[in-house]
Amino acid sequence: MSEPLLEVRNLTKYFPVVKNRLFFSNRTAEVRAVDDISFTIHKGETFGLVGESGCGKTTTSRLILFLEKITGGTLLFEGKDISKMNPAEFDRYRASVQAVFQDPYSSLSPRMKVGNIIAEPIIVNNSAPRKEVSEKISALLALVGLRKDAHELYPHEFSGGQRQRIAIARALAPNPQLIVLDEPVSALDVSIRAQIMNLLHDIQKKMHTTFLLIAHDLAVVKHMSNRIGVMYLGKLVEIGESEELYSNPVHPYTQALLSAALPSHPDIPRKMIILPGEVPSPLNPPAGCRFHPRCFKAEGICSRQTPSLKEVSSGHLVACHFA
Amino acid sequence: MISNDNVLEVQDLKTHFYTSRGVVKAVDGVSFALKRGEALGLVGESGCGKSITCFSLIRLVPRPAGRIVGGKVLLEGEDLLTKNEKEMTKIRGKRITMILQDPMMSLNPVFTIGEQITETIRVHQKLGKMEIWEKVKEMLRLVRIPSPEVRMREYPHQMSGGMRQRISGAIALSCQPSVLIADEATTALDVTIQAQFLSLFKEIQEQANLSMIVVTHDFGIVARACDRVAVMYAGKIVENAETRELFNNPAHPYTIALLNSLPKMEMKVDTLYSIEGQPPELHALPPGCSFAPRCSHVMEICQREYPPQKEVAPGHFARCWLKG
Repeated sequence: MSEPLLEVRNLTKYFPVVKNRLFFSNRTAEVRAVDDISFTIHKGETFGLVGESGCGKTTTSRLILFLEKITGGTLLFEGKDISKMNPAEFDRYRASVQAVFQDPYSSLSPRMKVGNIIAEPIIVNNSAPRKEVSEKISALLALVGLRKDAHELYPHEFSGGQRQRIAIARALAPNPQLIVLDEPVSALDVSIRAQIMNLLHDIQKKMHTTFLLIAHDLAVVKHMSNRIGVMYLGKLVEIGESEELYSNPVHPYTQALLSAALPSHPDIPRKMIILPGEVPSPLNPPAGCRFHPRCFKAEGICSRQTPSLKEVSSGHLVACHFA
Repeated sequence: MISNDNVLEVQDLKTHFYTSRGVVKAVDGVSFALKRGEALGLVGESGCGKSITCFSLIRLVPRPAGRIVGGKVLLEGEDLLTKNEKEMTKIRGKRITMILQDPMMSLNPVFTIGEQITETIRVHQKLGKMEIWEKVKEMLRLVRIPSPEVRMREYPHQMSGGMRQRISGAIALSCQPSVLIADEATTALDVTIQAQFLSLFKEIQEQANLSMIVVTHDFGIVARACDRVAVMYAGKIVENAETRELFNNPAHPYTIALLNSLPKMEMKVDTLYSIEGQPPELHALPPGCSFAPRCSHVMEICQREYPPQKEVAPGHFARCWLKG
């Protein structure tokens, strides 16, 4: 395995719930969006994070992008603690971690021409000399498969799939090492999704960019990722190589999640594990293992003790008492 | 041509929108039949006309731009397109009902769940107050809402997304409809909640011998829940077959390309098959086959004339020049 690019250690994010009373505001509770998670993303790989809405996968990506303040834990980028970086190093970190968001209709400024959208991160981060900026823009447009004169147009002149290509070009502009892909294809039409997934695959091959992929579509995550982490209610419950994880899921939640995935052919037999109830509120998560109220394997210990990640086979970690 | 086991027959349905940019032929000659107890999947990308087809069936096409300009919608032999609004009100919600994508939009936030289910029953059935209350409880139990006596006094915001969608289901089922249309009903739900919902509806459908039209963009839902599939592209049904037949022997290049472009959990491929280009604009359709500009098997005739429907195998229809 190649060397680690980003190490996430005991990352935690609590959002305070504040009640306003006339002159006082009281912190009444905390939403534990991300609670003590650790994983490592290696250079050149695609790490997928899956889980249902509210499990904390997007919050995790926002913490990595520094769009939210970290409550606890550390992020090590190429071995360096981000909180201990000097301003110049920190600027470099921000340039080398970029993002592509779900909805290309809201992630591109409607008032800027495509050329300016892509130029901005190049100029801000000094990632190319001034004279070469327009050259770099044309190169990026060609790379993502947009026509040459695209830089003179506005985002509204493009379709959803083309806009997502613009967003990818913008993310690539400051020569990043890591790109966070937050649901990059879920807003797109079925026939366009394959185009964008293939484009991302080609870019990774050419530029050796590392991806952190966040998606809820299990087939998409499997297709694009080398390793996958499964999240439930702010916790990482299982990490493994994607083939291993899908063929041999160990955590009961992963098993249920994969069994619920829709089949690609009507003849595929699948034992469905239908989970009772719904995901509890992260305001008041269950004690012990957070999955125990819905788990079909739960016993006394599950409600008392929080399981930690244990290695069940090489590179396959599971947080379950029965693993 | 009305056979007895067809609950719903749609013949050459045309719904057009008259806009400043020209006539948008959202639904352009759609025909299909729905058998009793069958779940028909209506699959296509956004803007292909699948939702407008459904809104045309229940005569709720947005006015004044949209108009049903031709065709027949035969519900148990009666043409719904000849009914006036008063007659439609008696049919809609009773004999043909619909569940929409977002339950937060389709449920009223200021009425309790009980009141909203009651309304449908009161409008369509002559029942006493107590009987209605009992019926509401029964419906909530049917869609597996725990402690219905308590829940029926609560408001939509007190429920989770999955529960709200089941409540929409309870409202739609409360008058034992002949046809239930589910328009992307599980799209907004999480994977495990979606599985809950689909298995519940499959069960109810089999018990009540309900006929369903399942509108979706996801072939996975079709594979799990539908007996038959109609694939739509640019306002027309391009292929119609039994689910197994369609997955095993897709005939139309669009269906083949769509099925190949989906990532599969069972197989690892490096590059996915991808369909080049975009779906066409409905107000400026190319002459001939609308898929021709993106088709890898395009022939000269495809650009001139729209292909007629051909039966490529028993019960398997496709509209493609390659098959004729």
